Amino acid sequence: MSQQTTEPPTSALDLAEEFLDRTTPLSRIRNTLHRYPALSPAIVLVVSVVVFGLLNERFLNPANLSLITQQVAVVGTLAIAQTLVILTAGIDLSVGAVMVLSSMVIAQSSVQAGLPAVIALALGLAVGLAAGALNGFLVTRLNLPPFIVTLGTLNIFVALTLLYSSGATVRGAEMPELLTWTGSTFDILGVNFTVGVVLMLLLYVAIAFILAKTAWGRHVYAVGDDRESARLAGIRVNRVLMSVYLAAGAILAVGAWIQIGRTNAASPNAGIDLNLDSITAVVIGGTSLFGGRGTVWGTLLGALIVGVFRNGLSLAGLDVLWQTFAVGVLIIVAVSVDQWIRKVRA
Amino acid sequence: MTPNEPAGSAGAASVDDAVGAFADAAGTPTPAGDSRTPILRARRLVKTFGRVVGLDGVSLELYPGEVLAIIGDNGAGKSTLIKCLTGAEVPDEGEIWLEGQPVHFKRPQDARAAGIETVYQNLAVSPALDVAANLFLGREERKKGLLGSVFRVVDQKGMRQRARQELAALGISTLQDVTVPVENLSGGQRQAVAVARAAAFGSKVVVLDEPTAALGVRESNQVLELVKNLRDKGIPVILISHNMPHVFEVADRIHIQRLGKRAATITPQSHSMTDAVAIMTGARRG
Repeated sequence: MSQQTTEPPTSALDLAEEFLDRTTPLSRIRNTLHRYPALSPAIVLVVSVVVFGLLNERFLNPANLSLITQQVAVVGTLAIAQTLVILTAGIDLSVGAVMVLSSMVIAQSSVQAGLPAVIALALGLAVGLAAGALNGFLVTRLNLPPFIVTLGTLNIFVALTLLYSSGATVRGAEMPELLTWTGSTFDILGVNFTVGVVLMLLLYVAIAFILAKTAWGRHVYAVGDDRESARLAGIRVNRVLMSVYLAAGAILAVGAWIQIGRTNAASPNAGIDLNLDSITAVVIGGTSLFGGRGTVWGTLLGALIVGVFRNGLSLAGLDVLWQTFAVGVLIIVAVSVDQWIRKVRA
Repeated sequence: MTPNEPAGSAGAASVDDAVGAFADAAGTPTPAGDSRTPILRARRLVKTFGRVVGLDGVSLELYPGEVLAIIGDNGAGKSTLIKCLTGAEVPDEGEIWLEGQPVHFKRPQDARAAGIETVYQNLAVSPALDVAANLFLGREERKKGLLGSVFRVVDQKGMRQRARQELAALGISTLQDVTVPVENLSGGQRQAVAVARAAAFGSKVVVLDEPTAALGVRESNQVLELVKNLRDKGIPVILISHNMPHVFEVADRIHIQRLGKRAATITPQSHSMTDAVAIMTGARRG
């Protein structure tokens, strides 16, 4: 037991606190970036667009910009699901595999089983939800780390996809029009948009709204921020986690539909590596891998940054390996900035 | 009664309830107007963990509008006692009454629903969420109309408004801006957020577990002021603390745990800190 008799002089304490409160221009920048996590990726995107635009006049060509959005559509959609999981301090390595499995089920049930396109899409959604439920069950009931769970289910879903499809690609020409509708284009001010890109953007709007404006959204942040605190505040943590994995599964099914339109095919080998690309987009977008911090808008910016870098570097005539190199540097810089920002009066 | 205490005086320490004797043991000091009934009462709680006896028949009474401190050495059963009262543990034996009604808490939510709010030692706040969001965490209010009922949109403006009112009502002046993320606050301010959340929603009892343990001198004083404010608002407080000066500053009565039992219940007027430590360590019987 402490019989506290000596107390440090209060004046010294005040001095120390004033010292801590002193703001330098750098700490003010940090505080601002801390308050608006999407700000740093926004700056990076604007700067990179300007630089690549100056380097190559073809970059800002409407056709090229349209191409970038199309290239980003699938990863951008997967990255929404990834953001939700990472906000809860988890990670989902199976997003690409779930998306591919869902796309194969959509294509096969329509082409081989002859089911109507709407039913095929519903089956794809069911596959996404079932995959999410499996991940969620393993994370919440068996209390396994999400990294391990999704590493396992990644392999399971890849194997299931190849077993189910016999490794065969289904061509878009064989499918009903609805399934490849996400690849059809329309014009806005001379820029071509695909339905898939619009679908992705709608998902971003919806999820951003839900995360910012509903109690569920707050609970997602609270669970990722400090799980025990969330539990003690009366939040049913497992229920929130389960709903996050289910929502991610549903979003991945939409991603599957967009993928079919984008590649005009359903291939069991396409997009399995997209899990890492989706994590890249989330991380560059300023969402913390430690959970509880970040926005889906940051993720959209992150996905666009990767798209812009790959496209701009390839227009500049650089080897595709240098694009990968640049993305690697981006990731490390983004995580370093995140660590630095998190030190705000922590 | 101990021989060195004048029997029957207001400050006499009570031994634990005799078997069968019901709570208000003779000599247990109660706040002014001691005919009042306890708001929270526990009787002969027993809790064992395997062969380790955490609580060995502990009774406790908390009266309306008082600060009851619980002190005791490490392993004396303070935490176990509190966990039983707040639903984090289920006692093996014994009974708990809240406002005269028997209660059986199976999990912390049960105790909270009944009106017992706990502020845990490790501060159950979400650092990235702002002050208002933390106050309403787990009980968000929704907007009126379709936006709220169909789209389940939370009433951010209303909650911030109410958060300001609640903080003002509790006399918390250190939190001017309820839109600041909690991680930008000092330790004392975070503690204030946690205490405000416990006290803000019509709770009947607030339990504070070592609220000043991690705080500096000035911040500790702010928290102690807050405890007094709660009492002045009529909310009874159970305060667990290791810090004798803090306990003696705010407590109306002090429950001393020793070896899983209640060694004594004393008041800061009747006993000195040295007496309390002596009872706590067994150097003197309560």
